[in-house]
Amino acid sequence: MADSNGNKILAVITEKEGQVMGGVPVFIASDAKKREDTAFLLEKILDGMVHQLNESTFVIVHHA
Amino acid sequence: MEHWFSWLDSYTEGIVVGVAVGFFVRLRMLRTDYRQYPTYLHGQLIHISLGFIAAGMGAVAVPALIEKQYTAVTFLALAAQQFREVRNMERETLDKLEQDELVPRGASYIEGIALAFEGRNYVVIMAAFLSSLIVIEVNLWVGIVLGMVLVGVAGLLRSGKYLGQIASVELGELRMEGPSLYVNDIYLMNIGLADNRKRIMKHGIGVVVSPASKDSRITLANLGQRQAILHDLSVVLGIFRDTGEPSLIPLSKRDMEDGRLGILCLPEEKDVEKVLQVIRSVPVLESAVRIPSEDPTKQFRRGGKSG
Repeated sequence: MADSNGNKILAVITEKEGQVMGGVPVFIASDAKKREDTAFLLEKILDGMVHQLNESTFVIVHHA
Repeated sequence: MEHWFSWLDSYTEGIVVGVAVGFFVRLRMLRTDYRQYPTYLHGQLIHISLGFIAAGMGAVAVPALIEKQYTAVTFLALAAQQFREVRNMERETLDKLEQDELVPRGASYIEGIALAFEGRNYVVIMAAFLSSLIVIEVNLWVGIVLGMVLVGVAGLLRSGKYLGQIASVELGELRMEGPSLYVNDIYLMNIGLADNRKRIMKHGIGVVVSPASKDSRITLANLGQRQAILHDLSVVLGIFRDTGEPSLIPLSKRDMEDGRLGILCLPEEKDVEKVLQVIRSVPVLESAVRIPSEDPTKQFRRGGKSG
């Protein structure tokens, strides 16, 4: 999953099931608050940066 | 017999003055400042000792040449080898320390520091050689005066250009547009969590660095130069950051249209004037300097041949 710079998507947190697929852990959150909380915890655990992809999806990226 | 003594005397005088001048030149150029390098005492001891050896080589080369011992000059080649080793040593040490920095120095900064250490030893050799030559060929006092002048000049040569001389540094306004962080109109990064947005808006300071010329535009674009700015900021003003906080990262992005640099700094003490002052006094890295204003087509127009 790493690109040429070594950046890597570690996880995806989304409210819309089915929007994300593929070889990455996907966490489904029921609402915005839960999504925010999960992303917060995962950021600390994975040491990856949380980016907002769209209104309902966060990706956690490890920047090399 | 008396004649022989007087000969030895002028040589000994030359060597002593040469070594002393070289040693003081090295001392004058060795300075521990906010960069904390070399660190106190041990790092300094290494460089003072090496400076002493360099001074000795420069000073002894003169009598050797006068006595037509030309092979002695090959020792200077050995010295060059030795001091290249100094550069490697510095580079390796700093590279290793790099992993423990919250905001790394960057390879260009390290290379610049290592280069300076090597170069300064050559300055020491030259200073020792010159003053030793003058003491032996002219007289003791002229040599000592020249030595003092050299020590003074070495102090002037010590520092290069600062960022404030090649660019203007101004405060910028940090703002969020959805998840996107901007300083004035320059895009910096995408921040997902509301918590991080809040903390960055609270602790962050936005700065815009505008290049003063075509040449400085390229210098500012250099990633090593940009990392040096962030590192110096974190050293002088502290950094609001820790491991496990990947979003709190100071960074710089470039406006590709006009070469301005947008910087997000996260200092521990939020003092705007100090931040600007620190950025202005960041050294311009040698490896980041390009001179496109020295138009290469000029040479072709003159019809000159290269090489």
